[in-house]
Amino acid sequence: MVFPTKGRRETVSSHLPPLVEPGHTFGSVTDKISSAVTERGTPRGWIVGFAFSFLLLMVLLVSVTYLLVYGVGVWGINIPVAWAFAIINFVWWIGIGHAGTLISAILLLLRQEWRTSINRFAEAMTLFAVACAGLYPLLHMGRPWLAYWLFPYPNTMGMWPQFRSPLVWDVFAVSTYLLISLMFWYIGLIPDLATLRDRSESRVGKTIYGLLAMGWRGSARHWHRYETAYLLLAGLSTPLVVSVHTIVSFDFAVAQVPGWHATVFPPYFVAGAVYAGFAMVILLAIPLRRFYGLQDFVTLRHLDHMARVMLATGLFVAYGYMMETFTAWYSASTFETYMIENRFFGPYSPYYWALIFCNVVVPQFLWFSRIRMNTTALFLIALVVSVGMWLERFIIVVVSLHRDFLPSSWDMYSPTIWDWGMYIGSIGLFLSLLFLFVRFLPMISIFEMRTLLPGAEVKEDEA
Amino acid sequence: MFYLPPVIEPMQRSDANQSSEVNFDTLRAKLRAGGAEFWRSLENLADTAEFRRFVEAEFPSEAPRLLSAPDRRHFLKLMGASIALAGAAGCTRQPEEKLYPYAEQPEQIVAGKPLFYATAMPLSGVSTGLVVESHMGRPTKIEGNKQHPGSLGATDVFAQASILGLYDPDRSSTVRNAGAIRPWSAFVDWIEPRLQELDALGGKGLRILTGRVTSPTLGAQMKGLLEKLPNARWHQYEAISRDQARLASRLAFGREFDTRYHFENADVVLSLDGDFLSEGAGAVRYARDFASRRSADGERPMNRLYVVEPSPTNTGAMADHRLPVGGAEVEEVALAIAAELGLEARAPVGVEDHLPWIRAVARDLSKHQGSCVVVAGERQSAATQLLAHALNEKLGNVGSTVEYTEPVAVEPSLDVGSLQDLSDAMDRGEVKMLVILGANPVFDAPFDLEFEERMKRVPTRVHLGLHLDETAVLCQWHIPEAHFLEAWGDGRAFDGTASISQPLIAPLYDGKSALEMVALLGGNLEPNGYEILRDYWRQHLPQPFEDAWRRAIHDGVVAGTAFPPAVPNWSATLASVLPPRAADAAGIEVVFRSDPSVYDGRFANSGWLQELPRPLTRLTWENAIWVSPLDAEDLGVSSGDVLRVELEGRSVELPAWIVPGQAQGVVTLHLGYGRRRGGYVQDGTGVDVYPIRSSEGMWHAGGASLTRTGAVATLACTQDHHSMEGRDLVRVANVGDGHAHAGGHADDSHAEEEGGHGGGHPDTSLFPDVEYDGYAWGMTIDLNSCTGCNACVIACQSENNIPVVGKDQVAAGREMHWIRVDRYFSGDLDTPEIHHQPVPCMHCERAPCELVCPVNATVHSDEGLNDMVYNRCVGTRYCSNNCPYKVRRFNFFLYNDEEADIVKMAANPDVTIRSRGVMEKCTYCVQRISRTRIEAKKDGRRIRDGEIVTACQSVCPTEAIRFGDVNDPASQVSLAKASARNYSLLHELGTKPRTTYLSAMRNPNPEIEGV
Repeated sequence: MVFPTKGRRETVSSHLPPLVEPGHTFGSVTDKISSAVTERGTPRGWIVGFAFSFLLLMVLLVSVTYLLVYGVGVWGINIPVAWAFAIINFVWWIGIGHAGTLISAILLLLRQEWRTSINRFAEAMTLFAVACAGLYPLLHMGRPWLAYWLFPYPNTMGMWPQFRSPLVWDVFAVSTYLLISLMFWYIGLIPDLATLRDRSESRVGKTIYGLLAMGWRGSARHWHRYETAYLLLAGLSTPLVVSVHTIVSFDFAVAQVPGWHATVFPPYFVAGAVYAGFAMVILLAIPLRRFYGLQDFVTLRHLDHMARVMLATGLFVAYGYMMETFTAWYSASTFETYMIENRFFGPYSPYYWALIFCNVVVPQFLWFSRIRMNTTALFLIALVVSVGMWLERFIIVVVSLHRDFLPSSWDMYSPTIWDWGMYIGSIGLFLSLLFLFVRFLPMISIFEMRTLLPGAEVKEDEA
Repeated sequence: MFYLPPVIEPMQRSDANQSSEVNFDTLRAKLRAGGAEFWRSLENLADTAEFRRFVEAEFPSEAPRLLSAPDRRHFLKLMGASIALAGAAGCTRQPEEKLYPYAEQPEQIVAGKPLFYATAMPLSGVSTGLVVESHMGRPTKIEGNKQHPGSLGATDVFAQASILGLYDPDRSSTVRNAGAIRPWSAFVDWIEPRLQELDALGGKGLRILTGRVTSPTLGAQMKGLLEKLPNARWHQYEAISRDQARLASRLAFGREFDTRYHFENADVVLSLDGDFLSEGAGAVRYARDFASRRSADGERPMNRLYVVEPSPTNTGAMADHRLPVGGAEVEEVALAIAAELGLEARAPVGVEDHLPWIRAVARDLSKHQGSCVVVAGERQSAATQLLAHALNEKLGNVGSTVEYTEPVAVEPSLDVGSLQDLSDAMDRGEVKMLVILGANPVFDAPFDLEFEERMKRVPTRVHLGLHLDETAVLCQWHIPEAHFLEAWGDGRAFDGTASISQPLIAPLYDGKSALEMVALLGGNLEPNGYEILRDYWRQHLPQPFEDAWRRAIHDGVVAGTAFPPAVPNWSATLASVLPPRAADAAGIEVVFRSDPSVYDGRFANSGWLQELPRPLTRLTWENAIWVSPLDAEDLGVSSGDVLRVELEGRSVELPAWIVPGQAQGVVTLHLGYGRRRGGYVQDGTGVDVYPIRSSEGMWHAGGASLTRTGAVATLACTQDHHSMEGRDLVRVANVGDGHAHAGGHADDSHAEEEGGHGGGHPDTSLFPDVEYDGYAWGMTIDLNSCTGCNACVIACQSENNIPVVGKDQVAAGREMHWIRVDRYFSGDLDTPEIHHQPVPCMHCERAPCELVCPVNATVHSDEGLNDMVYNRCVGTRYCSNNCPYKVRRFNFFLYNDEEADIVKMAANPDVTIRSRGVMEKCTYCVQRISRTRIEAKKDGRRIRDGEIVTACQSVCPTEAIRFGDVNDPASQVSLAKASARNYSLLHELGTKPRTTYLSAMRNPNPEIEGV
């Protein structure tokens, strides 16, 4: 690890489970984590899981093909609800990605060493979530083949993007985010790739991991450079945690649609993103530690910490809902008050109340440490929160649009099979990438885990 | 714009045409020169040897395809190619018929520059004068003819949509005998001996059925034919029958007169189920006259309108006081008013509840003797119409607001009576040959005439029609009819003014006109409509004939042919001629109405009209049964539930639609849907209600029953929400309340309250306002004049190449109209106030759409237009989300590609066809602005006020839409914006829209206000 960790460890309260179960040595940590990659023969469970994910990925392929052949009219969108599933899913996926960045960058800078065992797959999750998210803004366009017009590139038309549009900001925010996340993840992987190179028994494995490890030999100079780069990237990523979802919220807040046009949106979106992201990390961590027997590394203490973050951000989000309602009432604007009335009692009100149940009521169980330590309960709560966060975006996007200023243009929205196909398919893409990741890359940072062992402590006589 | 062009000289016949040698240099020269008469059939052209050689030499690779047998599709392609090959006219036979371009000289034919020709459209026999825009020989857009009394520059939706009717791909394209395709000559060969037989018998057994005829030439022809064949008979039938009006006139005056109204002189108007603003002869003109007195700003006081009607109409929506009563009950209300005014008739029944209203109306009428008018709808019983005549007589309105004239129809006859005679004769086997010209009685005759069954017993049946419709398929011979834009013809306006209508294009399918068919029956085996028409008018136009002919065709009207007022005398007292009260029938009353989109069914195959949201219901693509809210509650029905209506043992099933303002106990059915034959557009649209329409109950019939079938239908409605939700959208004020309540400027403070704690004036901005130095285009829409007639919607669709998307897409919320007419109800559910509000793009100075477009596809012009750059648009739809007016339309699919090739000929070449994935919206007709700007620049002057007329503005019968330069304080639009009634829609958002509204005014009777 980058920083001396001694002082931190002493402050850890004793009643919490340890970050690494006792009895591990450097060798056992390495063996345990790398075995998932280097073992011979693919586990049956992995094959079944990947096959299922791949099937869903094919749903995406069919949906995208159909969409590109016929146009966005295959979805349920209309005028006035010109945005729906595509944008909901975009915001949902982008939000999920946030936990990974938060864990890898902010917690790193804050020296929260419990992040170590979860940061690798949280970062991978970020990357895959951003990849899923990135599909939607592209595909929701009427003419996706012209998407490059949103980039400021020199062209014979002498045209620039329209920089006042939040969609252009989105392009920068999301592409920066993707790039930084990718680099951060990759650089963090290099020492472990070298480990895999060294442990790999096949020529192919040696070659590929060798290429990816970029000649890592673990020299002091390597470590020095590595740590500088990693810290720099952590510094770069930190503002992104806040900025990306702030800018995504601008897509709404800049517009004047009642239900969109609110100053509370940036913090409310960021909190929501972290909330959804931690829910997703929990959703992934619980099965992974179970199936790969990683309970020693991802301990109940990790789950407890993540649940606490979820609870805190969940409360931020609940505050956001409250302020939205308060502001609408306080504004005394007919349009704003009607917007809230419509959310509460309009045709889509069951979804609103489901959202409140999922995002506000259910997470209150996390006040109890017994529930935080209970993997089943935690898994279910994380699932409910994920659904709740999807519903939140549905309420914001669809329910605000379907009844705006002129009652004459009010209309209803209902998704078509192709809307669902795109959504389910993107989950397929996400899971497929994740399955490939756990099979071919170490899902927990080996070398960082090693630093958590008592043996890694710098002894006073050695200093 | 209107000047007399020089005559086109008889076409120089091509040398190439006569000599066997083709001189390609000459041909090319002709091509370059462009032929003024190039529109003449390319089908013939393709068959000439010269053309074959020309094609082979000029387009070798295309030759095999171009010269292959002209199947239909190929022919359509050729028609399309006619634009490219425009000058090819130089190498074919030219007709010696003279066209008179309306506005510009033929030698000025320049690609991209339209020409305008006057013509006239007949509908149920009444002609409306039109000016048709033609691009390179291809008519593309209909405008009204300012010189025509029935138009004054405006038109209704039917005239606007007739351009699509011309290019309807489902039009009948060939002569058919027993279903098989035959040449015209085969028909002529077949009929020739039969005509000789008929001659010998004096025409015995020959029956001719037409629609209502006002055409002087056709009338003269028919009279001539009947003189020649005295035993033949001529029948006229229109499903939109005027029988009751005719009967009333016969009862009152002993013979027929037409009634004409002068709403411009009327301070008080009482309409007894008369939708005079949107239905019947002269509606377009009447709307203008009415609107001229609808202003509180004018010199003369604003008029007051009372409407008594069973189900809401556009006229009812304009009413200051509207009384919903049953169709048969209108007569009783009329009787009660007559009684109040001291007319001796029978005692009214069942009007006790309405007496305060009736008395107030009667008092108001008597206060305005000579300056009020009572209008009875032609749907109403003869008794109601008789009462209207008597009331107008009693109130001294005859001569000021009401005039009588000789009937406009050539041979006035009762629609039902005439068809009944024919039906009976067929039943008795007296009819040997039935010739149907343009009518479709198998579809639209009353069921009790059993027309279809009886017609099948006629040995020989010949049909002339635009479509292979229900009647056509039951006739041995079917002849394709020439569309009015393809044929020479004439007709009379509602006031008798004659128009000679010229063709805009040669018949696409070699169709024949009624004139030519009648001439054929008269023994002329090579009839030529042009010659027939000239022969007639040679005797009826002043000398010198050629000058008068040219003038008449050029102007689109024959000067001085309006019928002078007649002074009919009552043949007896009202009480003695008033028909007795019809027997009461228990149960629900069914009211039939002509449809605002498909009329009697003849326009059912028009995608534009089908997709046009019907006034009041905003339904598209089908009819529904209108049910009052109270009845719906009783029956436990909601909109969409399929109901069975039983009437006299017959029934139809169609979905219910709850209509606020519908009288209790009355359901309304619209005619013309559920067509069985004649086109794919109309397939599956609505339900045919003619099967329960009897000759006795043509317009309303009691004793019906309603039952739920349990089925539920999905209706494609463009506006689900009726209420304004307390928002300040349509502003209405009462006359005398002062303008402060109605107006925009005085009302800004009010708007701010709406806007809430936003702080400051909504127009406040951190950014400096953009200065518009040159022109600054703006629009006002006067809600006080707008009758909700929808003409602007179709005009815009025609001008701007707006695609038809179909019922499913409309139901999905994806209609494409650039201007829509919003409809709101306010007040009581049973007697609501009804408001119309046309909404085009507002062209906001601070346009929310522009801010959010990531690629600069929607930007502001230096003249203040909110421009849409189609080829820059990537389709994020963000602009639509951020548009508070939701006027933006998105091409969710490739809507524009689904049409048949021939339909593309209706496209305006000045407007881009939009592709899939592109946003579009109202442009203020930027192509018209540009065209005018170019002209002005050439002359080195500024564009004059009124020089640019948008499509919606030009068609508006009430001139509710004004457009112009808001930088010019003297322009019409600036003057309108200076009115205290001017306000911006959603002003509180600070968008600074260039389109503003003038609030509606009501002129309620203080006596009734509290009733």
